[in-house]
Amino acid sequence: MIKVENLVKAFGPKLAVNDISFTVERGEVLGFLGPNGAGKSTTMRMITGFIPPTSGRITIGGHDMLENPLPAKRLIGYLPENAPGYADMTVHGFLNFAAELRGLQGEARKKSIHRVAELCLLTNVLYQTIDTLSKGYKHRTGLAQALIHDPDILIMDEPTDGLDPNQKHDVRNLIKRMGENKAIIFSTHILEEVEAACTRVIIIDRGRIVANGTPAELKARSPEGRLEDVFRAITLPDTVKA
Amino acid sequence: MSAWSNINAIVKRELGGYFTSPIAYVFLVIYLLLTGFFTFTVGSFFERGEASLVSFFTWHPWLYLFLVPAVGMRLWSEERRLGTMELLLTMPVTTWQALVGKFAASWLFLALALALTFPVVVTVNWLGDPDNGVIIAGYVGSVLLAGSYLAVSSMTSAMTRNQVISFILSVLICLFLILAGYEPVTGLLSRVASPRVVEVVAAFSVMTHFEGFQRGVLDTRDVVFFASVMGFALFATGVIIRNQRAG
Repeated sequence: MIKVENLVKAFGPKLAVNDISFTVERGEVLGFLGPNGAGKSTTMRMITGFIPPTSGRITIGGHDMLENPLPAKRLIGYLPENAPGYADMTVHGFLNFAAELRGLQGEARKKSIHRVAELCLLTNVLYQTIDTLSKGYKHRTGLAQALIHDPDILIMDEPTDGLDPNQKHDVRNLIKRMGENKAIIFSTHILEEVEAACTRVIIIDRGRIVANGTPAELKARSPEGRLEDVFRAITLPDTVKA
Repeated sequence: MSAWSNINAIVKRELGGYFTSPIAYVFLVIYLLLTGFFTFTVGSFFERGEASLVSFFTWHPWLYLFLVPAVGMRLWSEERRLGTMELLLTMPVTTWQALVGKFAASWLFLALALALTFPVVVTVNWLGDPDNGVIIAGYVGSVLLAGSYLAVSSMTSAMTRNQVISFILSVLICLFLILAGYEPVTGLLSRVASPRVVEVVAAFSVMTHFEGFQRGVLDTRDVVFFASVMGFALFATGVIIRNQRAG
């Protein structure tokens, strides 16, 4: 469903993403790991069509993101970092707006808003404005917006960031459940999250893929069988210059 | 079809945004107070003793200089600050649909503010026997003028996430659009430059082109001028947004 080939992104002389290639099929949940500033968000922004790559190809469900962005974007649900939302809108208004832009009309729109509100536990804040929501609710509103059109592909930038342990647990289970019939990419810093929800892991460091495999395969690389040891062995802290 | 429904969705969201926050009401009240003040006090509407809205329209280029950038400054800088731009532009929406939708919503809002000045029209018709054709032309010109300033504000708003910078930049550009054809300035210029040069510079001014409307003349060239200012500024907005995304 998602095919990324030789993706490069340069910001001035700095290569934020340096020749990344991978594919994600339906039924896969891909965890994106890496230190801060490794290029996770930049890669996701390119896959979702927000920023164009310096070079490389992105194919979403057979549509080239650069040449034919609209059909490609229709297949994707995206939760950007920090779950942005229009502060002065109510949750319902915001979801309604997202549904409209996703081409949902009339009864179908109402049903989809109802569905995501239940799924993301937003029913009792539907008519509150977004700036009055707690971080957990705000995040779930962003997630609801990404799921409004029941997309085949779901891309989430740190979906559990800032959530309490209960909420983290819920989101992980949700991801796992949806992963059965969608192609999902999400980024995280939390290693146990990867073990709990992913079928495959990619570790990125300074713009390059340094590991790609199932959580079990990666764990086998460490004598103690711990993902954290592997992560620390193959990535550098962001204070170390390349 | 989907292009129109996308634009429509964005227009509705933007307009809704004005009215769910205090911005709309504060703006409308200040706008109406200021137009009233300039028309009746500074413009001596009654002392003129003529049934026309000259004293009303004369002030619009100056009034809009501050009021329109105040509406337009948040168009894109707010989206960038909140991070919603990333959301909006990863939806199945083209940049120009987002651009036109946001611009159209603010323009409609300004047109609404202008429409609320209808009591002056009623007043002048009640007191005397004005040429209502001239008044309609004045309103058309005023809407086009507001649209031009707004397109400039949209452009400066795309340049920065800081609304204050966006506001100041657009006031400066709009001020230039006024001064290029403002009589004291053209008078000064004609002392050092040939009349042709003065004419060319003045042709870039909104004053020169707004004047016709105030006299009740709907000249195609004036309409084309305002349309091209809007077209150019919106096109530039699109280019700026594309360049920012390319990084």
